[in-house]
Parts: sequence; C-alpha cells; structure tokens
Amino acid sequence: MSSPTPPQDDGIHSESFLRTLMRRQLALSITCAGTFLVALIAMPLLNYFKPETMAIRVAGFTLSWLILGVLFFPFVWIISWMFIRRSIALEDDEVRAVKAGRKS
Amino acid sequence: MAPLLSPLALLEGVDPWILAFSAITVAVTIWMGFRSARTSKTASDFFVAGRSVSVGWNASAISGEYLSAASFMGVAGMVMSSGYDALWYPVCYACGYLFLLLFIAGPLRRFGAYTIPDFAEGRYDSPVFRKIAVCFVLFIGFFYTMPQMKGAGTTLAYIFPGLPYWVGVVLVGAVITLNVALGGMKGITLVQAFQYWIKMFAISVPVFVLMAVFGFYGGQVGANATKETPPVSSEVQRLPLVEKAPRDEVWTAPFGPLTTKAVNAAAAALPVEQRAAYLAEYQKPYSLLYTYSLIIALVCGTAGLPHILVRFYTNPDGVAAKRTTMWVMILIGVFYVFPPVFGVIGRNLMPELYTGLAGIKGTDQVVLKLPTLLGAKFGVLGSILSGITCAGAFAAFMSTFSGLLVSMTGALAHDVYGRMLRPKSTPEERMKMFKWCAVLIGGIAVVLGSFVEPLEINFMVGQAFAIAAASYFPLLFMSVWWRGMTTKGAATGMLVGGLCALVGAALTNLATLALDKGPMGKVFASFKGMNDFWAQHPLLRILCEQPAIWSVPLAIALMVVVSKATSKQVPVDIRMKMLVLHAPEKLGLKQEYIQEHSAGAGH
Repeated sequence: MSSPTPPQDDGIHSESFLRTLMRRQLALSITCAGTFLVALIAMPLLNYFKPETMAIRVAGFTLSWLILGVLFFPFVWIISWMFIRRSIALEDDEVRAVKAGRKS
Repeated sequence: MAPLLSPLALLEGVDPWILAFSAITVAVTIWMGFRSARTSKTASDFFVAGRSVSVGWNASAISGEYLSAASFMGVAGMVMSSGYDALWYPVCYACGYLFLLLFIAGPLRRFGAYTIPDFAEGRYDSPVFRKIAVCFVLFIGFFYTMPQMKGAGTTLAYIFPGLPYWVGVVLVGAVITLNVALGGMKGITLVQAFQYWIKMFAISVPVFVLMAVFGFYGGQVGANATKETPPVSSEVQRLPLVEKAPRDEVWTAPFGPLTTKAVNAAAAALPVEQRAAYLAEYQKPYSLLYTYSLIIALVCGTAGLPHILVRFYTNPDGVAAKRTTMWVMILIGVFYVFPPVFGVIGRNLMPELYTGLAGIKGTDQVVLKLPTLLGAKFGVLGSILSGITCAGAFAAFMSTFSGLLVSMTGALAHDVYGRMLRPKSTPEERMKMFKWCAVLIGGIAVVLGSFVEPLEINFMVGQAFAIAAASYFPLLFMSVWWRGMTTKGAATGMLVGGLCALVGAALTNLATLALDKGPMGKVFASFKGMNDFWAQHPLLRILCEQPAIWSVPLAIALMVVVSKATSKQVPVDIRMKMLVLHAPEKLGLKQEYIQEHSAGAGH
C-alpha cells in the first residue's frame, strides 16, 4: 500500500508483461476450474447414463447421494487449497522477476 | 380474526422454551447491532474495523452473512419435498465460492472497488453504468428478501400457532426496518461472525441428537427404497408416507419431482394412453437440462452476489483475502452437510408435513418442528432443541434481511438520491433520506413477502441467484478478463441477460401462485392461463423456471458482439486498468494508477 511509485521504464508497463501476467493467471484459474467443472458436469451425466452404478448402496446412502451430499465439499476444499498455494507462489514469482529486472 | 389478535389468545399453545430462545436471539441481535452502530458510523469505519480482525473472525463474518433462511430452513424443506435433486442447492451454494475465488475475488480486490457500482464506474469511467448496476442491486435484493420474509412468516406461525402468515411477515419486517432506519444493524464484522456460530450451533447440535436417537444419516436415507434395491436399514423407525409425498424410488433417485415437474404437468394434460410413452421420451432429457441450468444459475450466481463481494475488502492484504476465502469455503461447506439430514429424517418421521405443501405448515418448517419429536422420550429436551433451531432461523433471516435492506437502502439513498436526483444535498438531508428509503424498501419487501407463502424458500433464493448469474457474473467475469469490453457492450449484455432472467423467474412465480388453493390463488387467478400454455410446451416452462442456461450465454454473447461493434470506445487507459487488476499488489501499481488518474481528471 505504502510502497513508493516505481519508475516508468522497468518493463512492467509493457504490453508483453501484461500479456504474460494475465495468461499465467488465467491458465492457473482455468486449470482449477476445469478440474471442478469436470466433476460437476460428470455427476448428472453419470446419473443419466449409469443409474444402476450410482444407486449402489454405501452405508445406506446411494452412491450419488453420498458423493453429492458429503464428498463434494472436501473435493472443492482441496481444489481451492491448491489454487491458493499456487497463486501466492505465482505472485511472489512475478514480484521477484520484476525486482530482478529493475536491478539489472 | 378478532380473538386471534388479543395477546392472551396468542400465547395459547406457545411453548415457553421456544419463545424464550427466539426472544433472546432477537434481543441480542438488535442490541449488538445498536451497540456496534454507535461505535462505527461511516462506511470507511466498517472497512477499517474489518481490517483489524483476524482471518478466522472475518471468515466467520462472511459465512454469517451468506447463510440465509434458504440455507437454514429452505434446503432441509426442499430435500424433504423433492429428494436428491434438491442436494444441488447446498452443493452449488458452497461451490460457487470456488468460481468467485478463481476468477473474480483477486482482481477485484486489487482494483480496490468496494461495490459493484463502484467497480463498474471505475472500469468504464462511466456514471451511466452505475445506474444500471444500482437497478440490479434492487432487483436481486427484492428477490432475495421474499424468501427471508417467508422464513419469518413460517417461523412466527410455528412459534405462535394460529397466527396468520402475513402477521409474522409484517411483524419481523417492521422490527428490522425500524432497526435499520434508526441506525442499527450495519454490516458489523463481529455481529455477523457471531451469527454464523449461532447458526452452526443451532443446525448441528439438534442433528447430532436426532441422529443419536433415531439413526444416522446413511441409515435414514437407507430406509427409502430405490428402483434397484429395497430399503437397506430396517431398524430405522418410519411412519407411513402420506398420499402427497413423492414415492421412495422417485425421491432417492436423480431426476425426481423437482426437475420433472414441467414434463409431468404436460403428461397429465394428455389422454391417459399416451402418457407413458410421452414420459419415457421427454422426462429424463428435460430433467437433465433443468439440472444443468440450475447448476449454472447457482454457481455463477454465487460469484455475482453483491453483498458477498463487499466483504473481500475487509482483509489486510491479498494473501489474507485468499486464506479467508479458503476458510469461508470450509465453514459453509461443513454447515451445508447438516440441513439435508433434517429433510431426510423429516421424511421418515414427520410425513404429515407433506400435506401442508409449500405453505407455512409445509416442509419448510421441518427444521423448526423436527426436534419436538424428542419430547416423547426426553421431555423438555425436545422443546429446548426446537427453541435452538428457532433461534438459528431468526439469526438467519434477520441477518440476511437487514444486510440486504442496508445495501438496497444505501443504493437508493446514496446513488439514486445523492448522485442522480439531488447531487447538492447536505449530509443531514441524506441521512434523513436514508431513513425514509429504509422504510420504503422495508415496506415493499413486506408486501412482496406476504404474497409468497405458497412458494418454497429455497426455490425463491435460487431465482435471485439466476438473476445475479445473468447480470453481475458476466459483467465481472468479462470486465476482468477481456480488455476489449466497452461500456455499451457491458451495459447491453447485463441489462438484457438480467432482465430476461428476471421476467422468466417472475412469470414462473406468478403462474405457481395462480395454482394456490388459498387466497393467493384468487389474487393471481389471471395467470392461470400460463400453466395451460406451459402444459403444451414443457420445455418453455423449464427455460422460464431455470433461465440461466440461455440467459448467461446470451448476456456474454451480447457483450462480445456489442463491444466488437463499438470497439473504438474501449477506455484509453485500458492497459493500466488491466495491470492494476492483475499485477501483484506488492508492485504498488494501484497507488500509481490513482495518482495518474486524479492528475489526468483534474480533481
């Protein structure tokens, strides 16, 4: 917040920097979203095409009830944990790269 | 009517424990609201106060703000009435946060816009856009307050048997409106955090006691037969189902009553001998379409809810914001495991609720009423636990209703009056206006709320999400990730997409109300024809009831097309804006942007 104004000729205002920056962030977000979406889209399809498998009883639940009512939540926690770790690392990496660029 | 209104007659049949727990929650909430309102007067105080608290408190506060009457009462009621399909609601309410985290939260935090109207104005340098954004604060807000009012009416009618639904709505609406107008109930972090833990306690403790006495979650589900298997847990006690309850095979399986309503109605309009063939052909495919549309509405809608986004700025920095989001997902995820358990046990042990349909005596009150079953074995424990769930319900609809009322009133008083109608008004005039706006919006919410008794709480909240999904979500997502967006593109997409979803949702509600056997059926009788039309065209009904599957792509497509057509109007400093949205905060670009911007604009 209180960091001094960076100089204008350090490359962070260049088109290429913005492009790589956005691309790397979007790639990370899309990877995580993709993992989540595959599971989310697959659930109704499995229910549709494999109703017998999804109706197998597990501890009283049907398989599809167990997945949707209980297991889906931890699955999403894992994805968001991975995303947060990687995105913090990515930001640190970018800051380090910019600082290294400034010194040279 | 007359004897009902005398106070003594009202107290007849009231359980003192339930009344006591509810009264204490109401009193404590109002007292805490006023106490903290005295110490923090302005919007910036609200944010500063947020920044001084830890990740844990902040995460609890976000979760407390998010869990409304729909989560607390509605999900359980809908699982009981519709079975498996209703599970999509809690799952997507929780998982929508992931989309928010992945695509929107980080950039918006870096941009430093506290509300969506602020973001819209900052990103496009256009005050016109603020007006559109404000309209949707009101649209989504009213759709969101209706189910909260239904929750209030249901809970009060449960505590005071014999009290008409609308009296509860008016009473709770008046108390909260007065409270907001007098300055209480600002979105104070500690109050909201406290509310989360009340709700968590009130939903989990009764579930554990009920499961210990009547059998565990899996066993309770297992008491229902499926198409393939007979009931697997024979030791779980079960009362005979009433006629109106869906059959076991339909209830446990996907593509059940919730998603097949339209096709079933269409089949009922056909001659008997054609029905089976019609159902075999259309029931499952249309049901799949309904499911996907519902998923899109809930996941994208969560990422576009205005009152949730505000909370992301109450963190000291980006890393803390991300940690907070992680904790929010855990806190609400854990919460959402519990409400369906009420629905499942309710189906086995309280089938009489099915006869009340969706009204106040219906399945929406299962969370409140189910603990009283313990009374037969454990005496007063049943009343105490029922009192606790009532307290949780109060915490749920009071916190959400007052939060919505504050943000809607703020939009009306600050943006419409303060910026558009009377830009030169003094702070005193604005404060006075805030009070009148609160009364006006509270009044409208009460009137709307008293109409919706026949509609399910959870269903109505889903509609608010569908509108947010087609208006705010495309706006935020596209503005953050595509630099070619122009003001006109963004405005067109958001307006058309959002209004389409709004009209679809409103038509569905009006048509459903027309079918009501009570007084509402008479009020809305003129919309009966809608149902006959939909019986001919079930696909159109599904697309109206769950509009997200077409309105979200429509909004995005319009944004792209109109932006391309007006590509000369892309803001000139777009590269700098994108840099502020995406570059790590440690590089300090935001500071630089503000300096440049104020130098260039000359104020």
